[in-house]
Amino acid sequence: MAKIQMKNIVKKYGDGFPAVNDVSIDVADGEFVILVGPSGCGKSTLLRMIVGLEDISSGDMVIGDRRVNDLAPKERNLAMVFQNYALYPHLTVYENIAFPLRLAKAPANEIDEKVRAASKTLELDEHLDRKPGNLSGGQRQRVAMGRAIVREADAFLFDEPLSNLDAKLRGQMRTEISRLQKRLGITTVYVTHDQTEAMTLGDRVAVLKRGILQQLATPRELYTQPNNLFVAGFIGSPPMNFLPATVEGNTISLPFGKVNLPADKAAKAQGKGLLIAGIRPEHFEDASVAANADEGSTFSAKVDVVEWLGNEAYAYIPFEAPPEVQEQLTQLEKDLDGESMRTQLVVSLDGASMVAAGDDARIWVDASKIHLFDPATGENLTLDRPVQPNEQADDTAGPAERGPGDEPETTRVREGN
Amino acid sequence: MLRRLGTAVGCLLILVWCLLPVAWIISLSFKTQESITVGNPGFLPSEGTNAGWQNYIDVWDNEQFRRAILNSVGIALIATVASVILGTLAAYAIARLEFRGKKFVLTTALAIAMFPVVSLVGPLFDMWRTLGLYDTWPGLIIPYMSFTLPLAIWTLTAFFREIPWELEQAAQVDGATSWQAFRKIIVPLAAPGVFTAAILTFFFAWNDFVFGISLTSTENARPIPAALSFFVGADPFNRPASLLAAGAVIATIPIIVIVLVFQRKIVAGLTSGAVKG
Repeated sequence: MAKIQMKNIVKKYGDGFPAVNDVSIDVADGEFVILVGPSGCGKSTLLRMIVGLEDISSGDMVIGDRRVNDLAPKERNLAMVFQNYALYPHLTVYENIAFPLRLAKAPANEIDEKVRAASKTLELDEHLDRKPGNLSGGQRQRVAMGRAIVREADAFLFDEPLSNLDAKLRGQMRTEISRLQKRLGITTVYVTHDQTEAMTLGDRVAVLKRGILQQLATPRELYTQPNNLFVAGFIGSPPMNFLPATVEGNTISLPFGKVNLPADKAAKAQGKGLLIAGIRPEHFEDASVAANADEGSTFSAKVDVVEWLGNEAYAYIPFEAPPEVQEQLTQLEKDLDGESMRTQLVVSLDGASMVAAGDDARIWVDASKIHLFDPATGENLTLDRPVQPNEQADDTAGPAERGPGDEPETTRVREGN
Repeated sequence: MLRRLGTAVGCLLILVWCLLPVAWIISLSFKTQESITVGNPGFLPSEGTNAGWQNYIDVWDNEQFRRAILNSVGIALIATVASVILGTLAAYAIARLEFRGKKFVLTTALAIAMFPVVSLVGPLFDMWRTLGLYDTWPGLIIPYMSFTLPLAIWTLTAFFREIPWELEQAAQVDGATSWQAFRKIIVPLAAPGVFTAAILTFFFAWNDFVFGISLTSTENARPIPAALSFFVGADPFNRPASLLAAGAVIATIPIIVIVLVFQRKIVAGLTSGAVKG
């Protein structure tokens, strides 16, 4: 058990490209922190620097009270689960799990006891004598976990452990990992590109983009208070809609019409010219279904495609964006690993809505949930700052319970380059 | 049906082609010397021409022959072990590390392997006499190693490259030193490659004739192939063909033993299951 402190960590490769650039994250003892971001954002590199498989160019890595920058992986006492499991194919499951203990020269009866305990936890009892080659993907995954939990490591590190499993198994293993971590109460850093894993597993989530930490916050805060365009676009599925907008007085002009904006939000965006409005699909509703659809925040739009899913329906409404916003949105799409598609609004409607493709629908928008971003910097202008960490943590039953709440949550914002 | 028959006939032809000389030399080794000099029809030793195990007993009683066997076994084994150990370490470095001159090492190794053996014999003869290595075990072990190391390095590099690097990293995270990770994880997984390299090296060293005959002068270091060529019976004008045949059969036994022992270790696909995929 130990806390992990990363202070201004930089990783530069031979060509001078910073894969990780000035990242500072404090992981409290027992906390579950997720590193998330699109491919190439440096999340795996950061994890490998924690475990010692990658040199640190500058900055301090502190585990517990030790600065570990120059320590070999074996001296850091961390356990890691690799993306491809990295099981030892010539050893049985039993020996795979026992491997760290054998290296530590533990007595035979202690090894046996611990391996049996781990295999019981992971339900591997009947597979102990088999070789990894004969196991299914999920079983291999559990063996890899067994190898990690069998020793008393200071922290667990996971490098996209579920990305090789099929969707159903992934869901099961996700809850399994969460349960295990809560039971063992061990500090955990988990790398993923899957935002479902990030949101469900993490006490706190660090969003990275091109080696730069964008936001470090609880899943709830990331969702409701994204620091910038990138975080807003990355978290949430279907993703947040970005629309060109201008604010005048207490009204905001969107491509589909004018909508009343709450006074406090409007005040923050006064006189800024053309902005990008971010509205999540679920903050729209079919005006005929919505209970509180006042006239001030509805607009009419022609629906292009409707995907009805039973409990909800997604309506797609294309729009034209002015070039200065279009450029920013294309860049954002690229950052998010997506393809630059046509600009369209995705609206999540209630399942009861009867809107069909081709209709002119009355759409209501929850104007209090609109975010406004500066198109030049991508910064969120309408954040409810300052956010008290404990206020945020109260409703997530997250880190506050387990003690890390005694430190102020370090949230660092950096503008994209 | 016709195709299966064709396959069977083809296999039979190849078997006969390959094994006839072997069968011949075995049959020869059981015939008496007289039957060979006088000329004797019949492939199998028959009444009157059958020498039984006498040839084998005679050849084994020969001091020179026993000494040659010892030389061959000793030189080939030492060359094999040394070459495999060096080759493993070198190949591991080439597969894992980025260093200047890596390409150079590999291409030079290949160039050496392609060098005609005969062209080196003269210079080596001179050098070894100056250095006092002529007619000694090291005098043969060194050239054998220099010709088999490239092969070992290339084979083993290919094997090491196929082992996922994560295995080694996992071992290090699990608390192993680099050396422990190498010994406990990498070497067992590269075992098929190691044994392949070992067999090839041993073959080369065991079968070599050119070095064996040029760099030795006495039974001090003379290996079997060279010794057999010097094997002269009672009558110098009349080579003891049946004794030679028996000697040749004995000389193949170690090769067969080595192959049988090592072959079991060469199990392909040992790394399957290490990683997903």
